[in-house]
Amino acid sequence: MNFRLRVPRGLRVRLVVAVLLAVAFGALLTAGLTFRQARSSTLERTQETAVADLRMQLDSLAPGMTFPPRTEDLRDLSRQLDRAGGSRAWRSSASYRGSTPVPASPGAPPVPEDLREAVQRTSQAAYQRFDRDGRPWLAVGMPVAYAAHRPGTAGKLSGLAVYAAFPLDDEQADISALVTAAQAGAVPALVLALVPALFAARSVLRPVRRLRGGAERITAGELGTRLDAQGHDELADLTRSFNTMAETLQKDDTELRRMEAGARRFAADVAHELRTPLAAMTVVTEVLDEDAAAGVLPEDTADAVRLVSDEIRALARMVEDLMEVSRFDAKAAPLHAEELDLRTLVAKTLQLRGWEGDARVTTDLPVPLPVRADPRRVDVILANLIGNALRHGLPPVTVTGRTAHDQVLITVTDHGPGIPEDVLPHVFERFYKAETARTRSEGSGLGLAIAYENAHLHGGTLTAANAPGGGAVFTLTLPLATAPQEPR
Amino acid sequence: MARVLLVEDDPAVQKGVTLALKRRGHEVEVAGSGETGLFALERFRPDLVLLDLMLPQMSGLEVCRRIRESKQVPVIILSARDDEIDMVVGLEAGADDYIIKPASGEIIEARMKAVLRRVAPAQDSRAAAPATTEAERHGALTVDRTTLVVAKHGTELALAPSELKLLLFLSATPGQVYDRHQLLEQVWEHSFYGDVRLVDACVMRLRAKIEDDPRKPVYVQTVRGFGYRFGPLP
Repeated sequence: MNFRLRVPRGLRVRLVVAVLLAVAFGALLTAGLTFRQARSSTLERTQETAVADLRMQLDSLAPGMTFPPRTEDLRDLSRQLDRAGGSRAWRSSASYRGSTPVPASPGAPPVPEDLREAVQRTSQAAYQRFDRDGRPWLAVGMPVAYAAHRPGTAGKLSGLAVYAAFPLDDEQADISALVTAAQAGAVPALVLALVPALFAARSVLRPVRRLRGGAERITAGELGTRLDAQGHDELADLTRSFNTMAETLQKDDTELRRMEAGARRFAADVAHELRTPLAAMTVVTEVLDEDAAAGVLPEDTADAVRLVSDEIRALARMVEDLMEVSRFDAKAAPLHAEELDLRTLVAKTLQLRGWEGDARVTTDLPVPLPVRADPRRVDVILANLIGNALRHGLPPVTVTGRTAHDQVLITVTDHGPGIPEDVLPHVFERFYKAETARTRSEGSGLGLAIAYENAHLHGGTLTAANAPGGGAVFTLTLPLATAPQEPR
Repeated sequence: MARVLLVEDDPAVQKGVTLALKRRGHEVEVAGSGETGLFALERFRPDLVLLDLMLPQMSGLEVCRRIRESKQVPVIILSARDDEIDMVVGLEAGADDYIIKPASGEIIEARMKAVLRRVAPAQDSRAAAPATTEAERHGALTVDRTTLVVAKHGTELALAPSELKLLLFLSATPGQVYDRHQLLEQVWEHSFYGDVRLVDACVMRLRAKIEDDPRKPVYVQTVRGFGYRFGPLP
């Protein structure tokens, strides 16, 4: 069994339903109580009238009775009572000392047993309602006392009991009219209640909607969003809290941005300032190298000179990489994209880096790979991936290119031990060191981070994984150019 | 070997560049400011100028413009500023090449040699083949490949070395389209990607000198999506 009451989800629906339910409950309660009260008073009045009528008739007829009465006498009494019944048109019957009531005619309804017992037991007038032929009837029973003028027995019960039954058609009609009136009142009340319900829902929903809109704008980055809080209800308080929150957020955000921008500018400035002394040092490194190689220097001096020139080169490269990174951070890295075949670019990169004809690097580029890309940036990515593969992996390094699903895929695979699983998620992080024991790697530690940013600048991706048989696989995807152009 | 004028205000860079170039057999004269650089230009008569952009008082750009007004000496900007806009502005001021600091002595010498070859194309084996003494005529332009004189309506034009070499290269095969990378490799001898701005800036400067209306060029025409070509003339 999977029965569950489905609660309406919208706040508006819930509010309206709640108000309508409250109104319906109130209307039903009121109508019910009113109906009950009206019904019972109508019936009581009918009963009292009937009892009074019956007593009056008896008062005039009973004195003529002889005691003990015969069945004929009882029937006569009943007939007389029926005739005097007047507007009520009751059907009466009479009994003596508990005998079966004798009706005026055989068609009269039988007197209910309960009523007879009640009259016998209490010796008082009693009523009972019962249904006959689908119509409500009222039966009244009354013991008859001896007439007041009979000496010795005056006021004492004679043992004679008279019953009268009559249909409650008029009362039934009155009560039906009451029900109809209650229905006719409740339905318009419910419909009318819909209007204030909708108004109440609106007054709650409007501020809630505005709050939602404000929250969405803040989520979208519009931290200057403020809502006007009117009134003094809970929703206005909530709106004020919202504004306070937005203000705090904006202040924190501004502060963070300021600090971040400051940090970035500092990194860029430092890198930039390092350039001038590096310019002087870089330009003389060949002089140092030449002298160290020529054997004109003492052995340990030559070693020192080689070390210095290596470090200068490393430093210069790191400064360049830092400046590139700060350009990415400042979103100031320009993309000079042009239509080209990636195969040409791979060949160019290999040629420029002296890997052309190198047995350690093989290429598998069977199909044209048209892309729209910045050749300098793609060259940076390729050179970095191939250089890394040669440095950290084992040859042969394979560069494979193919197209799939509107994308150009270039994979660089080596045959080394692969990248440890715990290192894989971090290879594109800045200055991430795979081997913590080694304080410095050969590169700046920024190469892969820059390659990654360059790939994203093109709307492409760069991912690292391990081949099933070992060896690292770096995959570069770039969007396929729709109209490949061969410039030659 | 070449006579080089280095206009640079940082003493360490002065010493470093001088040391590296002297080791390679070049003759180097140093000027610490733009004014002394312009003065040394007259007195020292260098084959080539290495120019820093950030100089006290007179900026490197201003020095470059002043040199271009009267001289055809090759100018290479040597700057620590690597923003695109600095490069473009420097090239538009008339520089033949742009080297970003720090650069090794090897790079500086390679670029110097490439620029210097532009003014002596006769030594180039490829240019030796058409041994014609006649000046070529292209519309109002006269190009003499032996004397390296370009004239328009008979008036000799003062072209920077890179502009001259670009014009000589393009006009050798009128109608042939070259992309920017090809031009970069052929004219500037840059064997790496990028720096195609060098080509665009040079084309702009060349057009300003040889075209009647640089916005509607007839000699050096742009082929959208490919590159540039010489002619065809109307």
